[in-house]
Amino acid sequence: MSDAVLHNTSPEPRFGFWRRTYAMLVKEFIQLKRDRVSFAMIVMIPVMQLMLFGYAINTTPHHLPAAVLLQEDSDLGRSILKAMENTAYFRFTREVSSVAEFDDLLLSGKVLFGVEIPRGFERAVRRGDRPALLVAADATDPVAASSALSSLGMIVQTALAHDLYAGDPVTTPFEIRAHARYNPAASSRLNIVPGLVGTILTMTMLIFTALSVTREIERGTMESLLSMPIKPVEVMLGKIIPYVLVGFLQATIIIGIGVLLFGVPVMGSLLLLALLSTLFIATNLSIGYTFSTLAQNQLQAMQLSMMFFLPSILLSGFMFPFLGMPQWAQVLGECLPLTHYLRIVRAIMLKGSTLPNLQHDTIVLFGLMLFAMTVAVFRFRRTLD
Amino acid sequence: MTAAGPAEIAIDVKGLSKSFGGREVVHDLSMQVRRGSIYGFLGPNGSGKTTTIRMLCGLLTPDGGEGTCLGFDIRRDADKIKRRVGYMTQRFSLYQDLSVRENLEFVARLYGMADPRQAARDMVQRLGLAGRERQLAGELSGGWKQRLALGACTLPNPQLLLLDEPTAGVDPKARRDFWNEIHALAAEGLTVLVSTHYMDEAERCHEIAYIAYGHLLAHGTVSEVIAQSKLTTYTVSGEDLRALTASLAGKPGVDMVAPFGTSLHVSGRDRDALDAAIAPWRDQEGLRWQPTAPSLEDVFIDLMNRSKDNFQ
Repeated sequence: MSDAVLHNTSPEPRFGFWRRTYAMLVKEFIQLKRDRVSFAMIVMIPVMQLMLFGYAINTTPHHLPAAVLLQEDSDLGRSILKAMENTAYFRFTREVSSVAEFDDLLLSGKVLFGVEIPRGFERAVRRGDRPALLVAADATDPVAASSALSSLGMIVQTALAHDLYAGDPVTTPFEIRAHARYNPAASSRLNIVPGLVGTILTMTMLIFTALSVTREIERGTMESLLSMPIKPVEVMLGKIIPYVLVGFLQATIIIGIGVLLFGVPVMGSLLLLALLSTLFIATNLSIGYTFSTLAQNQLQAMQLSMMFFLPSILLSGFMFPFLGMPQWAQVLGECLPLTHYLRIVRAIMLKGSTLPNLQHDTIVLFGLMLFAMTVAVFRFRRTLD
Repeated sequence: MTAAGPAEIAIDVKGLSKSFGGREVVHDLSMQVRRGSIYGFLGPNGSGKTTTIRMLCGLLTPDGGEGTCLGFDIRRDADKIKRRVGYMTQRFSLYQDLSVRENLEFVARLYGMADPRQAARDMVQRLGLAGRERQLAGELSGGWKQRLALGACTLPNPQLLLLDEPTAGVDPKARRDFWNEIHALAAEGLTVLVSTHYMDEAERCHEIAYIAYGHLLAHGTVSEVIAQSKLTTYTVSGEDLRALTASLAGKPGVDMVAPFGTSLHVSGRDRDALDAAIAPWRDQEGLRWQPTAPSLEDVFIDLMNRSKDNFQ
């Protein structure tokens, strides 16, 4: 034996670098091939996401919901509304009868625009008084509002084209007073900073819990944990609650920086913002935890999180106007907690909305959290079967 | 085994079976373990020892069979069993990134002990880990990890300990200390089921069971198991045992030839056939033949060889 060994202390084999690199490469490929689910995800995720976002994203949104406060029923009023719809930017979804209702719809984000045709409008036009027609826009998202607002200038002409009042083309018979509410300077920062609060929280919260169960399985600690008298709900709450505090700290830092450095106002109640942010944090942690119970290993858990995070950015209204997306994409977006939180955080910070305005989004967030927790508790395997 | 009342029986299972992916890992396994006894669970790797232990403590659901653990149904009362059983896993499964004391406090809290901190402190003392309680569990040596794991599963005062190869990879001194500890615990009334590969450990058990390929092949006290085997063994010492091994191996009547230090164990199930087979060498000069009791290892290897014929 010793002879062979002694003579075998040959120098570096030829192409040693490539042989060893090749050995490593072959091993990695074999391991990748074994993990079928991850392999399928590697192929499916990009295809799915490209299809999804390619069709869903639209930066010049059309058919934005608008409310109309009709103080008088006149031909001129109707032809103006018609002309607005013809621009394809507006879609009148609600008719209200009071200013309070009008303001409420804008505060809750159910409509992006409100048009008020005042009492005696047609008569004033006939008399040549040049009355004003009020168009109020929710400008928290300047991108969504701007192209629609800029189309208003042409409406006067088209509305009157077939009408008797087409008099002097220089002095129009009425004016449209556009009012960009909540963000009069159309600063995109005012929109983006609150949005970032939600996006950053989604990302960090998901990661905190998405690995929590798979980590225990991979490190082998799950076996002794399961042999002890603890129930799935207890494991879940024990893993989520610490991160609610972490998330709360994080939210405080982000909102603090937004206010102090970027000058974003907090028009509404800080307490309400804190409460609903906590709800949002808990919802994301629950979803991350659910991923952790669905995934078989940490890689899959990460991929699931990514698969959830990307639509959260793209379909929630963070990067592109929510209402500009096709109907099916909006339905998908409604299933994402970030969509609802973005409405909440923008509404509280920029519009000063109150809880009744945000009832719907709050309830949905709560529902999503309970749903995720229920799935997680049922998915949590109490045995090693 | 004599029939004993339910109060004296810690584990009583009948016909347990479990398959993974179509492969039956445990087949029709029945066993009874008396309270306060140390029951050794022996068998080769992959014989179904771990699977059986996991079924006993509710970590796996049996495909077939039934039974009780500490008087509780293993299918329905897993929660009650878990509260009264300490399970020490084969692989270290405490939190490597928690310190010794933090791990113990975690366990104490999970079981709802009145004063988790005090309980953890007491256990640190008992384990002789004083001074190391702040060390991370992952940084402990193999022997200390195993002590800590035993400490963690005895901490909530269980009535039954399930130890899955607790001494694998541990040095002889630590193994001896460990077994002294187990005997001390059994003396306090604890029932211990321990799986092992080591024959010397099997001999420290009150009763043993031998399992191979999912089948329970033998059980009883060590001497009972040896007697049941009906194995006849000769110890041969002398010169040129290598040549003798080669000549005897495979001869009809010779079931096993195994070197034991400077001597050779030659065993057969049929005494007459064995005597006939070895007759030509019996009086050879330089060889000394001596009838001996087969060792436990002889018995187990024979059981394994036989079961290989039956089940593979």
